[in-house]
Amino acid sequence: MWQFFHKLGSPKWFFGIATRFMPWLLAIGIILLLAGLVWGLAFAPKDYLQGNSYRIIFIHVPTAFLAQSIYIMMASAAIVTLVWRMKLADVFVKAVAPVGLVFTFLSLFTGAVWGKPTWGTWWVWDARLTSMLILLFLYGGTIALDRAINDEKSAARAVAVLVLVGVVNIPIIKYSVEWWNTLHQPATFKLTEKPSMPVEMWVPLLLSVLGLYLLFGWLACLRMKTEIVMREQKTRWVRELVMAGRG
Amino acid sequence: MAFDSFSAFIAMEGHGPYVWACYSVFAVLLVGLMIWSSRHHQAVMASCKRRYQQQESSTSARPKQAATFARVEVSQE
Amino acid sequence: MNADRRPALKPVSESVGPIAAMAAVFARDVRVAFRQRQDLLNPLLFFIMVVTLFPLGVSPEVAFLKQSGAGILWVAALLSVLLSLDHLFRHDFDDGTLEQLVLQPQPLFLLVLAKTAAHWVLTGLPLVLLAPVLGVMVHLDGNSIAILCLTLLIGTPVLSMIGAIGAALTLGLRSAGVLLSLLIIPLYIPVLIFGTGTVAAAAEGAPVGGYLALMGAFLVLAVTLSPFASAAALRISLSNS
Repeated sequence: MWQFFHKLGSPKWFFGIATRFMPWLLAIGIILLLAGLVWGLAFAPKDYLQGNSYRIIFIHVPTAFLAQSIYIMMASAAIVTLVWRMKLADVFVKAVAPVGLVFTFLSLFTGAVWGKPTWGTWWVWDARLTSMLILLFLYGGTIALDRAINDEKSAARAVAVLVLVGVVNIPIIKYSVEWWNTLHQPATFKLTEKPSMPVEMWVPLLLSVLGLYLLFGWLACLRMKTEIVMREQKTRWVRELVMAGRG
Repeated sequence: MAFDSFSAFIAMEGHGPYVWACYSVFAVLLVGLMIWSSRHHQAVMASCKRRYQQQESSTSARPKQAATFARVEVSQE
Repeated sequence: MNADRRPALKPVSESVGPIAAMAAVFARDVRVAFRQRQDLLNPLLFFIMVVTLFPLGVSPEVAFLKQSGAGILWVAALLSVLLSLDHLFRHDFDDGTLEQLVLQPQPLFLLVLAKTAAHWVLTGLPLVLLAPVLGVMVHLDGNSIAILCLTLLIGTPVLSMIGAIGAALTLGLRSAGVLLSLLIIPLYIPVLIFGTGTVAAAAEGAPVGGYLALMGAFLVLAVTLSPFASAAALRISLSNS
């Protein structure tokens, strides 16, 4: 067990594993995502309340889901950074934060565009959209802090502290935003909550969530590999690897 | 198939612009991020390779200078 | 500033307990602040000015001010706390006192807690005391002003506590002030929501005990958790420079 844990912390070991798995992640991810999206766009029945605009759900929900789980993953990696000082955990946080930012932006954008035909305005201060906006700020803060600190090690540890503080705050923010929302506009029409979603709708949704998850895995591996090469330039194994043209 | 014709599929009963705007922005950002990341990776690899080759050519040009104290960082292997 | 005008941290021997050390840090920070009164005054002036901007920029109508007065005061208080946070560790960082503090035998998080408490007494508390005057100027009624002051009294220590984490993280960085705001404002949102929401609920005649209790819970959470985060962040920032 501990040996496995130490292996997991080794950039060299990770590099090899990532290189082996990345083609699979990419291929299966693209297939699942395309299948889910094509199914959702062309074959799923239209929603009796919202008409065809609900088809945005097949990208809105996966991006929102990923945006939130990436932050949770970053927080877990932050604990590993602070407690065990594992290099790979720093690399993960740094490599993945911009991806989280892009997904958060995408879920906000799709939510806003969806709001136009559904609510009649581009932006509604609805609880979900608002807490997504705050999540976007949190991602922006971690990236800005990482860029501002020159020393790699202190940057990683400072970002880890910030991400942990953020993850403690996320449930509080969510709760308070929901409370605030009921205070100001009672009984809004919820976008995604339906008493029951027919199978033809949730199967493609599940497919696109899985596909996007795998593509995120591919992106994370790739960006971590870049970061590892930059950090470990002076080691022999990276030198051999680069000269051999592998990776 | 939920639509009768291809034009109905594009129009989506008036919701087409919204749906297609979302899907295109999603595609552009996701594919863009993937391509940008992989090009960045290749650029980093190429610049490392160039640096190593420079080091090698400079050391082989002056073989007498072999006794330098190159700083080798130990990795967490 | 003159170096001799800043009293040095008194050497604290091993035998001094943590409480005595906290009291020493607290007393020293208060003393330093009273020797540089401008730093004390600036956030208050800023508070008043931001509140002045709203009637001028939006509308001086009584109805508008009555409705949004609590929100305006809360946002202004939040911004002025944010403005003052830069000073929390900076002077001590510049003259090396902070390194001494980290080397003390007493746990660092307690000393940070004392420093943050001093910061609140020097900036948050004056804001709370000033709030009734400004509340009258934005036409809040007596009951709303009382509730507003109560929420500020519970809320501003939370702002100082969370802000201390950001101040510690951005210590010694270029453009630390803007970065600090970027990091901290999202974390301030729950306090702001409950602070203004409680006043709004009181204006509608709803019972506010539950909301105040919730804000109290925020305060307890912030006091127990944030000193650890600030202390960790301070160590990281000091090892960086």
